[in-house]
Amino acid sequence: MIFDMEFETLPREALEAIQLRRLRATLERVYATVPFYKERFDAAGIHPNDFRSLSDLQHIPFTTKQDLRDNYPYGMFAVPLENVVRIHASSGTTGKPTVVGYTARDIQMWAGLMARALSAGGATRQDIIHNAYGYGLFTGGLGVHYGAERLGASVIPVSGGNTRRQITIMKDFKPTILTATPSYALHLSEVAQEMGVSFADLSFRYGIFGAEPWSENMREEIQQKLNLKAIDIYGLSEVLGPGVSVECYQAQSGLHIQEDHFIAEIIDPHTGKVLPFGHTGELVFTSITKEAFPVIRYRTRDITTLDPSPCICGRTFVRMQKVSGRTDDMLIIRGVNVFPSQIESVLMQIDGLSPHYQLVVDRVENLDTLTVMVEIGETLFSDEVKALQGLEKNISYRIKEELGVTAKVRLVEPKTIARSQGKAVRVIDNRKI
Amino acid sequence: MGVQQLSVFLENKAGRLSEVTGILSEAGINIRALSLADTSDFGVLRLIVDQGEKALDALKFNGFSVAITDVVAVQVDDRPGGLHRILGLLHEARINVEYMYAFVHQSGRHAVMIFRFDRPKDAVDLLQKNGIRMIEGDALYRM
Repeated sequence: MIFDMEFETLPREALEAIQLRRLRATLERVYATVPFYKERFDAAGIHPNDFRSLSDLQHIPFTTKQDLRDNYPYGMFAVPLENVVRIHASSGTTGKPTVVGYTARDIQMWAGLMARALSAGGATRQDIIHNAYGYGLFTGGLGVHYGAERLGASVIPVSGGNTRRQITIMKDFKPTILTATPSYALHLSEVAQEMGVSFADLSFRYGIFGAEPWSENMREEIQQKLNLKAIDIYGLSEVLGPGVSVECYQAQSGLHIQEDHFIAEIIDPHTGKVLPFGHTGELVFTSITKEAFPVIRYRTRDITTLDPSPCICGRTFVRMQKVSGRTDDMLIIRGVNVFPSQIESVLMQIDGLSPHYQLVVDRVENLDTLTVMVEIGETLFSDEVKALQGLEKNISYRIKEELGVTAKVRLVEPKTIARSQGKAVRVIDNRKI
Repeated sequence: MGVQQLSVFLENKAGRLSEVTGILSEAGINIRALSLADTSDFGVLRLIVDQGEKALDALKFNGFSVAITDVVAVQVDDRPGGLHRILGLLHEARINVEYMYAFVHQSGRHAVMIFRFDRPKDAVDLLQKNGIRMIEGDALYRM
């Protein structure tokens, strides 16, 4: 079912007219209310009044995660704080999170987009949605929740964790739609198996999974083990949260970007030049309806391709392929964004610790694990095992404190972490995704 | 009264121990006593050798993390209750044994145990006062 028939099936020309009108209004507003954008536009010799066509967008400077960090916490807000009704945050590159805000209208708009997204993924108002995305600063839980309510479905706000209890709820409440990260979905299937519960006996029809990258192979595995159709959903808190784009259950091929609210571009990550449809590059978003936290040409660092060809579902929105990688070194571990530089700064806070480290990411029983290998130098080496184990625990505790991610710390011998051309290999990602 | 012990950090990987013994053998160093404490990930190899400085240089040169620790070599009567008496004295004085291991050679009719104490000075005083003999480093390295 198409939730918002009028907008989701707009002919290209009409869609672009709406985009242009909304974009111009957004540019005027950010120029007037966000000092960062005024400075950037002035420095580039651009004034919102000069803006004539959508193709002028390519002359506007990019916004990066670093820019958001430099303006921590509220510097990028385009409305006074008294008009902000919700704040979310995601982890940043040095421990400082990226803070985003929403006005009451933003929350309504988001709920509408999530209702569209859930519909595209097969949900209707008759469905019971088991929402296992985390509720909290992370946008996943509440994003899905408001969308489900807007759609008129019944939502079970189960959040993440407490997996055995979740299985019991699934058995007893008979939810028909599962929303979760794909790795947690697989974990659910394993715990169910341990408990002697088969997903074939549960009532799920569709699963709407996102917040971390997953492959077609993983989709097949999920579909088979959970006995449901698996749909990919995409979003990032800087742009909105979940619901920026979503697959339709009919095609399961590419995620429709909600283009009446976001303008997507693909750029060459090295030159910054805009690439035509069909080319692979970095995804860039401009929000054109958000009030509290609009972003102009935000570089997502996600690599994908845009496909404008018509879709069997009837939506006219352009489709992005599943994200195939990143242009930076960000890792997503159990839904938490982790930059190697964050780990490095934790290690550097411990006196005498060698700056040589390596992150090993694995997927064990469908859950991501992070192992931090640290070379043990003369200064911290002790003849007592318990002192060394204490050091491991201390590092692990500090990582958890700073990044919110559980890491196993392993001490290794000096000079054993592979160095290539003098530069250490910081990340080994063994996950097959 | 000090005996110098070398500690070497080893990952739990096949062949690491033999690499250490290989380095020492090549440098002409004789191992007098040895103990290995391990966890699932790593181990700490503790060694007493005849030429400590030389062994330290050779191991460091080969990239190992090495520490020098002062330990105490204690003569233990080679009969039932010999070790128990010593541990009893330490326990009463609330001195903790961090770890201990046996020396390869015997000293006359005595066994030799290597101790690492949390308060080495107090431990040595206590043992001396109770007539328990300890062996100096120089003598021990040559045993």
